[in-house]
Amino acid sequence: MDCTIEVNNKKIAAEKGELLIDALSRNGIRVPTLCHMKNFMPSGSCRMCVVENQSNGRLITSCSYPVEEGMKIQTNSPRVVESRKVIVELLLSNHPDDCLYCVRNGKCTLQDLAGEHNVVERRISGKKNDHHKDLSSLSIVRDPDKCILCGRCVRVCEEVMDVSAIDYINRGSRSVIGTAFNKGLNVSSCVNCGQCILVCPTGALSEKPHINEVQMALNDKDKMVIVQYAPAVTVSIAEEFGLEPGADLNGMLNAALRKMGFDRVYDTSFSADLTIMEESAELIHRIQNNGVLPMITSCCPAWIKYAEEFAHDMLPNLSTCKSPQQMLGAVVKSHISEKEQKDPHQIYSVSIMPCVAKKFEAQRENMTHRGITDVDAVLSTRELIRLIRLYGIEIEKLEPETADSPLGVRSSAGKLFGNTGGVMEAAIRTAYYALTGKDLVSFRIPEIRGFRGRKETRIRIGDLELGVAVVSGLKNAHLLLEEIRNGRNDIHFIEVMACPGGCVAGGGQRIGCGESDILARMRTLYAIDDQETIKMSHKNPEVAELYREFLGEPLGHKSHELLHTSYMKRDVML
Amino acid sequence: MKPGIAEVLEIHEKGKRDSLIPILQEIQEKEGYLSEEAVVEVGKHLDIPSSRIYGVATFYNQFRFQPTGRYHIQVCRGTACHVLGSATVLEHLEKLLHIKAGQTTRDGLFSIEIVACIGACGLAPVINVGGEFHAQVDAARVAEIIDEYRKREETI
Ligand code: SF4
Ligand code: SF4
Ligand code: SF4
Ligand code: FES
Ligand code: FES
Repeated sequence: MDCTIEVNNKKIAAEKGELLIDALSRNGIRVPTLCHMKNFMPSGSCRMCVVENQSNGRLITSCSYPVEEGMKIQTNSPRVVESRKVIVELLLSNHPDDCLYCVRNGKCTLQDLAGEHNVVERRISGKKNDHHKDLSSLSIVRDPDKCILCGRCVRVCEEVMDVSAIDYINRGSRSVIGTAFNKGLNVSSCVNCGQCILVCPTGALSEKPHINEVQMALNDKDKMVIVQYAPAVTVSIAEEFGLEPGADLNGMLNAALRKMGFDRVYDTSFSADLTIMEESAELIHRIQNNGVLPMITSCCPAWIKYAEEFAHDMLPNLSTCKSPQQMLGAVVKSHISEKEQKDPHQIYSVSIMPCVAKKFEAQRENMTHRGITDVDAVLSTRELIRLIRLYGIEIEKLEPETADSPLGVRSSAGKLFGNTGGVMEAAIRTAYYALTGKDLVSFRIPEIRGFRGRKETRIRIGDLELGVAVVSGLKNAHLLLEEIRNGRNDIHFIEVMACPGGCVAGGGQRIGCGESDILARMRTLYAIDDQETIKMSHKNPEVAELYREFLGEPLGHKSHELLHTSYMKRDVML
Repeated sequence: MKPGIAEVLEIHEKGKRDSLIPILQEIQEKEGYLSEEAVVEVGKHLDIPSSRIYGVATFYNQFRFQPTGRYHIQVCRGTACHVLGSATVLEHLEKLLHIKAGQTTRDGLFSIEIVACIGACGLAPVINVGGEFHAQVDAARVAEIIDEYRKREETI
């Protein structure tokens, strides 16, 4: 700390040039914000964060104002308080005012601010917004009426995702956020990651809901309704129910899903193991047969769509493996339906994902075999929580249960899929075994663990030195691909996750989670890996059984038919 | 790529983002409007996302995104015309044709554009329909004028 400033007549230490808001927050003063995002360039557009600079009597935006030696600041003078209140009132003046019917009811920053600023009557009334909802996307719903033009979605989409599907269009009172030519999101370059939903302070952005379809299936006595949940989901709901952030609710979730009436409860981590069997075999095949390298993972559907739009020169590099969600769906509607003597049309296959891009993925044309869809409905973590509440289930009080067998046992390597770097780590463990006949002695690969957006390391496997890279946040993927296009050839295998940090921070996760919640989820997944005995996908007995009973071999005929897919260049307005 | 777009892009350096507005103006000059193709091609040329280009272009009133109608209507919103009621004229036109300024009717007959003073202040409020000036228009007169052009179409 190299300077002193005075805040509300008290001296505090601060760093010259740091943002005023950071100095205030370190000293226990929370300033309300709307457009401000940590780790982004300040935009200073909403003016919600104003404080009074006593030196010149001006109101300044604390989210963009740098600390100066000797500043005197008032954070709750009558002027500050009134001015913030008016900002909220202005935002509400054209707002639809239908909080009770809004997906974000109770989780909306605008609502919170109205409460905090004691907005209890309408002092400013304006013409209500009247735009069309954009329901065109399979993953995202946009309701521009609820948009307060904070621009957070625009910045995430550009700066983290490198997509820029949306931007401010028009001017002045006619300003809206929209795509090029204000067309539906479905024909834009949007990759469905849902990161914009996570940063939106209001109900202007949300997922395409599948709750009703799932309820209908659950009520249909003729349907066998199966459900799978992704590795990240079980460690991402505890906070919602008053438990420690990051706590693993796996067993309780199994119990809760059975209470809701799902006939079979499966763990997507099982098919993550299956993915690893196929993907590591594919990697070895490519290396030994002069195939296209580096191979790039294919389990993140937002990354896949990005590649199809922005990096179609790299499509031959993508692993042909379907994602774990789709693999599990495909196995259920073939093998399990045979085993249980159920017509696959009578099976309704639901998945619960930390993701909204998975909704899109489930409806890709090639995610079917013989006209049967692998997965019928995809719920986000947020929808899971709504469903738990809707069915009146007190999940925190349930006795843990195990998932159904087969497709219920997993290795902790499969569970790692929820973290950035997890797919890579799992794949290396199995590839090592496949190439040397031995298991890695130290199974942890610390170089590719942790939250960082870009990680690289080299692994010795027999006489092969494998170069691997892990990126999350599509901007980082873009930068890495550029290096490869420019001739870098020391990397054999790349993992890409669209969401920064991986699926633990996915676009379908709870709203309002901070970095500490996400790190807690990550830690739990690694702790599970430390504690459990089956740490490698090839050691999963049920996966081995599935190959024996049904699939034959990795990359075999059945695998090709059910577990692999293809990609296509997409023409959208970039 | 349409030759009009290609010609414009040819004379502007690739990746030079400052040229965005001049490029858009020149393309509109040649093509009459900014098509989706134009926006996408300009985006490729300058390495700017099409959403950004559309955003920038809609910020200014001068750009249109539909081809002009057979009878392109310019409504003067200069000071003299404004004082004598051009706002009402515009509003009536928009209601009558069910389009907003910048748009074109479905049948492709009419389009509306807002322009600054067209130098005929003595005749304010003025509109220009397909090159023909109409002076001292008001709501009633606007309806008559549109009717006349519709009739003219029918007799062709
Ligand atoms: S879902 Fe992702 S790609 Fe689509 S608009 Fe939102 S941030 Fe951009
Ligand atoms: S959609 Fe949400 S995040 Fe985007 S500008 Fe509007 S309010 Fe902000
Ligand atoms: S990183 Fe995970 S949550 Fe995010 S889009 Fe990809 S698969 Fe979905
Ligand atoms: S939060 Fe500071 S201006 Fe928006
Ligand atoms: S102001 Fe309309 S012609 Fe001059």
